[in-house]
Amino acid sequence: MTDNTADTPAPAARNRPDGLFNRFIKATEMDTRLLGMIGALALIWVGFHLYGQLVNGFGAFLTPRNLWNLSVQTASIGIMATGMVLVIVTRHIDLSIGSVLGFCAMIMGVTQVYILPQLIGLGHPLLWILAICSGLLVGTMVGALHGFLIAYGKIPAFIVTLGGLLVWRGAAFLVARGETISPVDPTFALLGGGPYGAIGATGSWIIGAIGCAAVLGMMWLGRKRRRGFGFAMRPVWAETFLAIAGCGAVIGAVLLVNAYYWPKGIVKRHVAETGITVPEGGLFISHGFAIPVLILVAVAILMTILMSRTRFGRYVYAIGGNPEAAELAGINTRWMTVKIFALTGFLTGLSAVVASARLGSATNSLGTLDELYVIAAAVIGGTSLAGGIGTIYGAVLGAFVMQSLQTGMVLIGFDAAIQQVVVGSVLVFAVFLDILYRRNSK
Amino acid sequence: MTQTQTPLVELRDISISFGGIRAVDHVSLDLYPGEVVGLLGHNGAGKSTLIKILSGAYQRDGGEILIDGEKAEIASPRDARDYNIETIYQTLALADNLDAPSNLFLGRELTNSIGFVDDARMEAETRKIMARLNPNFKKLKEPVSALSGGQRQSVAIARAVYFNARILIMDEPTAALGVHETKMVADLIQELKKQGLGIFLISHDTREMMELCDRVSVMKNGQLVGTERVEDVTEDDILSMIIMGKKPEPAAAH
Ligand SMILES: Nc1ncnc2c1ncn2[C@@H]1O[C@H](COP(=O)(O)OP(=O)(O)OP(=O)(O)O)[C@@H](O)[C@H]1O
Ligand SMILES: [Mg+2]
Repeated sequence: MTDNTADTPAPAARNRPDGLFNRFIKATEMDTRLLGMIGALALIWVGFHLYGQLVNGFGAFLTPRNLWNLSVQTASIGIMATGMVLVIVTRHIDLSIGSVLGFCAMIMGVTQVYILPQLIGLGHPLLWILAICSGLLVGTMVGALHGFLIAYGKIPAFIVTLGGLLVWRGAAFLVARGETISPVDPTFALLGGGPYGAIGATGSWIIGAIGCAAVLGMMWLGRKRRRGFGFAMRPVWAETFLAIAGCGAVIGAVLLVNAYYWPKGIVKRHVAETGITVPEGGLFISHGFAIPVLILVAVAILMTILMSRTRFGRYVYAIGGNPEAAELAGINTRWMTVKIFALTGFLTGLSAVVASARLGSATNSLGTLDELYVIAAAVIGGTSLAGGIGTIYGAVLGAFVMQSLQTGMVLIGFDAAIQQVVVGSVLVFAVFLDILYRRNSK
Repeated sequence: MTQTQTPLVELRDISISFGGIRAVDHVSLDLYPGEVVGLLGHNGAGKSTLIKILSGAYQRDGGEILIDGEKAEIASPRDARDYNIETIYQTLALADNLDAPSNLFLGRELTNSIGFVDDARMEAETRKIMARLNPNFKKLKEPVSALSGGQRQSVAIARAVYFNARILIMDEPTAALGVHETKMVADLIQELKKQGLGIFLISHDTREMMELCDRVSVMKNGQLVGTERVEDVTEDDILSMIIMGKKPEPAAAH
């Protein structure tokens, strides 16, 4: 290669010859880590699909049905992983959330099956809302208690939440002496997904339209702000690419969830119940986005705003980067710790809603080992255990990776033992890749 | 010249111990508007500890702090800020994972009308103040861990200067700086002094201190050896105070 880049008059040429890919990354300002994670996810999906196709003669992974189910199964872990990011970024850990989830689920179960029906009557329209509130409240309080012990009692988070892991699992048992509590309120059950717990084709298109509008609106606002301050702007082609990619992803997701139709049995029952006429060629009813997935998306968006646009989020990162500096900058780091654990507890309560609604009942073993999957999701998503680094989208993608591995292995018929071996190895390998990535990007 | 005014800061009989060690032992100091008071002493003499009591990082065991002649309760760095006390810590106290604007505004982020942090405005403000303090500073979007020691120092200085301090504490502000940057800090101190700020300056460079300060105080083993006007003493007097821990003989002064 001749070394004449320096005298090239083209304005795009820098003093260092950039490859096409690097130029593309620089112009779009895309996060290479994000691209890497999406690439890894795509690899896992295609890999499982091809394996199924070649070995079992049927590729079951890249089907609307499987991907829809995958999204629903990811919701519970994904919601909690967004909270775990804050905990790990501030150099703490939370080992208790699986047990707290079980405890919240039991509280909600007892509230909606035993307590509220006596107070306000079975099938009361407010019943499911009050049940959810009880779970969210309990989750928040438990989290706040943990945070308080860590911040003001100066007990390491590892110990407090290890204790919590045992305490709340035991407490979940004690709530109803180990009974399984069912059935949950029918409206409550919708939050767990399933054919009725999805918003259908029209609703999904509306969500899709809002999503596209949000993508375009944010890009337009960003451009306006940059111009206002005279900062460098992305070239138009890069903006166009991002707009198409963003809206394309949203529309693709809508098409996917709408391509998964209700099972025949449920359609038949639906026809019998409503008495609608079945058109020629059969009735196809789209699932559309599942409600738990929409909850996850909403949580992810709100948490991203919290972490990147508010003082609270800024302080979380500052504490993780240098707790002493944060304290000297006037940040009340102890109170922040209480708030962070309370928020994680709240999200665990929300997760308990999704998990027990999906199951249709509350069992005291619900959420067992979830803490490990949640921590793994956050860490695979690039959250550094040394503190200070981590993103919400990373954790959600991490949850998708974990769930994809598990679903994929079930689909191709690996047994539970092999699943554990693979998931554990992937966790270690992902963190190793992350370390390599960070070293190289320095 | 300034002795008729009320002092900006009066530290009276300040003491603090860590375990058995008396890090600061009954030290009294004062600072007037438009004055630079230097703190000198061996490593471990207690200089940083003393000023950290004023900046709210440590809680004193005994003594009192007066600001503008009135008793001040400084129980946290937040309280110190409310008294317009800004500090450049020896350790710089930066969050390594955040960029320069986020560090500069840490704890005092600029927000827009709906309460979101306004990163663009903070970046623009940082650009402005950096243009004044260190025109070569360009790395506004990178985490400060990617900066050189001197660049990090200029972030810490910018943070203290930006918020219109009345009392400025600088703990070895030039420790990591090159000749050119050190000169810039010296000019800055002169400029801030003219604006009427009171400055506590800590440094091990006696010559620099003789040039920049109006008075110098020497500490040894947590105790105050003495405070002298720089025009009354020589560099050697100061050095012997630091080493011997004794005030110069009045006869020795010219
Ligand atoms: N947080 C702490 N815990 C225990 N001991 C401390 C603490 N901070 C300071 N000390 C002790 O107090 C004494 C004074 O320390 P200080 O940092 O004030 O010294 P200094 O005069 O600033 O020294 P240097 O010139 O090296 O910066 C030292 O003996 C030190 O070990
Ligand atoms: Mg010191």
